[in-house]
Amino acid sequence: MDSALIPEGAKRCSFPKFAIGIAVVGAVLLWGVFAIGLIWWKGLNQTNMNDYYGFALWIWADLAVIAVGGGAFFTGLLRYIFNIDELKNIINFAVIIGFICYSSALLILGIDVGQPLRSWFIFWHANVHSMLTEVAFCLSCYFAVLTIEFIPNILENRQVNKVPFFHHLAHNMHGVMAVFAATGAFLSFFHQGSLGGVAGVMFARPFAVREGLLIWPWTFFLFTWSAAAFGPCFTLLVTKITETVTGKKLVNDNVVHLLAKISGWMITTYIIAKIIDTIYWATVTVPSLGFKLSHFYTNNSFYGYWILITEIVLCGVVPGAILITKSTRENPTLRLIAIVLGVIGVCLNRWVMVLQVMAIPVMSFDTWALYFPSWQEIATTVLPVAYGIILISLTYRYLPVFPQEKELNTVKQITETE
Amino acid sequence: MKQENNKAHKFGMVIDLDKCTGCGSCMVSCMSENNVPFREDESNKKDSITWMRVYKLTNGKSFPDTEVAYLPRPCQHCGGKGDHGHSPCVSVCPATATDYNHDTGIVSQIYTRCFGCRYCMGACPYHARYFNWWDPKWPAGMENYLSPNVSVRMRGVVEKCSLCYHRYQAAKDTAYYEGREDIEENEYQTACATACPAGAIVFGDLNNPAHQVHQIVKPDPHPDSRNRDIVGKSRNPKVFRLLERLGTNPKIYYLSEREWVRKAGDNYLDGEWDEIKNHHGS
Repeated sequence: MDSALIPEGAKRCSFPKFAIGIAVVGAVLLWGVFAIGLIWWKGLNQTNMNDYYGFALWIWADLAVIAVGGGAFFTGLLRYIFNIDELKNIINFAVIIGFICYSSALLILGIDVGQPLRSWFIFWHANVHSMLTEVAFCLSCYFAVLTIEFIPNILENRQVNKVPFFHHLAHNMHGVMAVFAATGAFLSFFHQGSLGGVAGVMFARPFAVREGLLIWPWTFFLFTWSAAAFGPCFTLLVTKITETVTGKKLVNDNVVHLLAKISGWMITTYIIAKIIDTIYWATVTVPSLGFKLSHFYTNNSFYGYWILITEIVLCGVVPGAILITKSTRENPTLRLIAIVLGVIGVCLNRWVMVLQVMAIPVMSFDTWALYFPSWQEIATTVLPVAYGIILISLTYRYLPVFPQEKELNTVKQITETE
Repeated sequence: MKQENNKAHKFGMVIDLDKCTGCGSCMVSCMSENNVPFREDESNKKDSITWMRVYKLTNGKSFPDTEVAYLPRPCQHCGGKGDHGHSPCVSVCPATATDYNHDTGIVSQIYTRCFGCRYCMGACPYHARYFNWWDPKWPAGMENYLSPNVSVRMRGVVEKCSLCYHRYQAAKDTAYYEGREDIEENEYQTACATACPAGAIVFGDLNNPAHQVHQIVKPDPHPDSRNRDIVGKSRNPKVFRLLERLGTNPKIYYLSEREWVRKAGDNYLDGEWDEIKNHHGS
């Protein structure tokens, strides 16, 4: 039915099967859209946020998708600026994942603010001292860059590419992509960093505050670093899921091993920096404000030391060690465990830097505040996942996302025939 | 004659916690004066708007040694580190919807500019900022009793104590009309200060030695020798500020003869209080 749109030589499931899959995921998406409608119509009273939890599930989701979407800018940087040629085989997919993550982040921000129609005030009445201003500017600009990076791939659709103008446009855009990759890396450095800065500059919140370099708290650099480290893990994870669902090998092992190795070294160096930051914060910053480390991890029913150990050791040190060691990195099971742990780790870090900050009492007579999101918050947070699945399904079906797909699967078919 | 006085004010208050009975008059008068919205069910205090909130403190001892203190907490109108006006909330607001007035020391909230990101709420350790989760709904006929001097707020924006800024504006207008350059101490008083039956709240200009608040607080104009970020520390050993060590530099001071009450104002490591209480006053 839609075979004319499918890349030449590629095998795809039948259209009815595809349509049923999209319909199932689409139902989840509609659930989220319904929740958005309720929130825009009735207001943020549809959430379980309150005056203690002004930042909650959505801000975490925002930070998390931006962190895991960091694979786009970092892979782009490696491919176009450092000229690591093998990565051309995964860059399209990294860009698509990044596009999904960043468009989701912008959507979530559109729901999260109390007066969405005034969102442009952040640009018009910009406060240059606010990290959120920097986030807004860099995020918007970077999303534009991601869109530009995504366009050539769309133009390579079999039918669109028949139009000479689009064919040449795609070709020429590929030619200048290094400029956009560099711009994207620059913008990403600042918006990933400023998202870290959002927490680090809150000098009256001892759990979040960090010292730093000039106007940038250490969390600024740690967020950028962690996004570059764990973002490729997410790219690899989604690639693995796509391969499993489609039953095809889409990216050659040498590319996966290379990206996993780079990610592993980034994670390892990041986690060393994070450990140093945590030790300094716990032994110097926090005591100087009159707090003990135990204040942040005891006397409540959820946040214990387990979260600190899980984030740093289990989801930081362990995946780093697995991915920098050749034998474990090239073991598919261990590699998968490492990238899953890595993705959980960076998401946990964002959770801690948003929700745990809000939960901890600062005044000596105040109490811990725990929170559980409403179904509207959950539905709108699940929405980007459904949206991502649909967009990946569409791009995989109709665009030549994986340059090695044909080669890898032809070999497989020949082997099977023999 | 110029309406603006060139000499900067620094409005603030000192609340005597030994006089406060926890009656809540300050809360009621504040809500009434500032058109603070309320709902039929206000049992969830974490989404209940109380510009002035009275906390109950205890010394943690069992009967018969139990002691109680009530601590009214308006917006602390922080001057930020070094008292330069970079309050925790002002510095983070991305749309400049909250501002520090260097002429008065008051932290403002511009409701029509706030787009409800709530970053300021996250940054405030005092929970003095409140979000309008609902549109305000007044019981039938109550619209007629709303103050015409204070704008009501819509759903989706943050609000907080303004130190009854409209009263300051009215006092300035009167002074201007009468040909005076500045206002008298009693011409500008917040609703909570005037409503407190125990006279626990003293409001005025911390920069004016003639004002009672200045005489009680005796603010030190120099940075604290232990932490240069702290400015305006009280030289009265019985006076303290909430979370002073964070460098927020609030303009709301508290007074108590009781040591455990003063200690509750901040966080201290084991043994630290004994050393700190003897330093520079409190």
